[in-house]
Amino acid sequence: MKIRQISIFLENKPGQLAAICRALADADINMAALSLADTTDFGIVRMIADDHVKGVETLKKAGFLVRETEVVMVTVPDSPGGMADLMAKLDNAGINIEYSYAYGFGRGDKAILIFRFSDNTKAEEILGQ
Amino acid sequence: MSNNETNPISMPDFMPLGDLRAMQLRKLQKIIPYEYEHVALFRRRCDEKGVKPRDLVELKDLGKFPFMKKTDLRDEYPLGLTAAPMHDIVRFHCSSGTTGKPICIPSTQNDLDIWSEGAARCLAMFGINADDIVQVSYGYGLFTGGLGAHYGAERLGCAVLPTGAGNTEKQIMLMKDLGVTVIACTPSYFLHLATVAERMGVDFRRDTKLRHGVFGAEPWTDEIRARIEQISGITAHDIYGLTEIAGPGVAGNCPYCHGLHIWEDHFYPEIIDPDTLEVLPDGEEGELVFTTLDRFGTPMIRYRTRDLSRLQTEQCRCGRTMRVMDRVHARSDDMLIIHGVNVFPSQIEACLMKVPEIAPHYQIHLASTDTMDIFELKVEVMPESFSDDVRGMESLRKKVLDAIKQVVGLSPKICLVAPGTLPRSEGKIKRVIDERRK
Repeated sequence: MKIRQISIFLENKPGQLAAICRALADADINMAALSLADTTDFGIVRMIADDHVKGVETLKKAGFLVRETEVVMVTVPDSPGGMADLMAKLDNAGINIEYSYAYGFGRGDKAILIFRFSDNTKAEEILGQ
Repeated sequence: MSNNETNPISMPDFMPLGDLRAMQLRKLQKIIPYEYEHVALFRRRCDEKGVKPRDLVELKDLGKFPFMKKTDLRDEYPLGLTAAPMHDIVRFHCSSGTTGKPICIPSTQNDLDIWSEGAARCLAMFGINADDIVQVSYGYGLFTGGLGAHYGAERLGCAVLPTGAGNTEKQIMLMKDLGVTVIACTPSYFLHLATVAERMGVDFRRDTKLRHGVFGAEPWTDEIRARIEQISGITAHDIYGLTEIAGPGVAGNCPYCHGLHIWEDHFYPEIIDPDTLEVLPDGEEGELVFTTLDRFGTPMIRYRTRDLSRLQTEQCRCGRTMRVMDRVHARSDDMLIIHGVNVFPSQIEACLMKVPEIAPHYQIHLASTDTMDIFELKVEVMPESFSDDVRGMESLRKKVLDAIKQVVGLSPKICLVAPGTLPRSEGKIKRVIDERRK
């Protein structure tokens, strides 16, 4: 399933992530998943929030560099090989993964992952979800 | 010629050259003896050089007299260079100065009138008239920007909205609601204003009546001017001045020649070689030097501005006889030596303007280790060019780096920052932070 993700540019200085979390908390927005990509000079925070429209608006107002991106939410069996089968399907179709992070574990026998594919629409079709 | 040029306030702009030179000599022959009589430092320096006020027989004799520098104003702080008695002084302006003591310029009512006239003549030359509504977003107070533009606009009969710098969202609201047609502020504050307006969904062309910008108080490049005009649809004008000589209104850019006409019936310009201190003929580039011809509060005789410019030799097509100086892109003080290379911040700015993904706001940070300089450049990223992936941002960084490397020949460390996050004061970003051991 395609969902909306919030991406935020992170300057390399202390307190940046804390400021993001505080701004969202003050606006009563909950983060369902979060990942941090970083280089030595800057980082990019990617997150799924319960209200992405309000989330983007809140962070823009707080002076952050923010954009909305489309990602795909994928459910895989939480057992050995669950991920491997999935990867094989995508590989055969020539789809690349730009990045991925976990949404949540320990929900029964399923794991939920967030993906950004080179072609989100095609990936969604192949995975049938 | 536009109708505004028939404004009576612009009359002196067109004075016949012979009359102008005669007037300058007459005024010099009054201010030099006055300064000699009232200011001990000037008297001492003249005596040391063996020059007397009566040696000023023709205009070129001014070159025999000693210079004044900013350090003189600091050393003589607060009132050592003030010639008029406190009875005649009506206002103080001070310039903060980045190091140590401020400088203080007390003015008489007549001094202020001359300054307002200069500012009003600039506005009239820009095509502004009594029908205009002028928003003054320069800082008010000790800084000359706010009050200078304010009194100049009032003198011309404009309606003035004295917002001062800051509280940007409210400024944009007032601009829309009142139908403001002219804004006077620093170019960097205007760019900030434009960023905020965009965030508020305000389009200058569609939602405001703004048509002129009167920009000054910091050096700015032609690239910044083009950017301002492109994003807002206004005409960007350059107003020049400095606290020591009056404030904004000493010179203003002419729509015909793109240089700045100097109101040399009040402010007499010379260009000197900053190393040999020799006066250079018109047409050659060097340091701009001013003598205030009829300011009696704190006269400045041959004041070295540190601004690099040139006096043009061609007569301007607009018919004004007042000489034209090139726009000031650099101050001789601003030159940085990094890894042994001479760099002007304006060069960095010009490079950044070629990268559309970057806002024209930057800050140069210099530090040193035992053996070498560390050169870091912080630049603000435009909101729409933020890409979600690391590679995209890395390639943007490389693009900025290449633009700098190509022109300056140095490879600073590029730090991308969010828009609006570089610290600003009175609308100005401090462009250079040099923490190198001297």
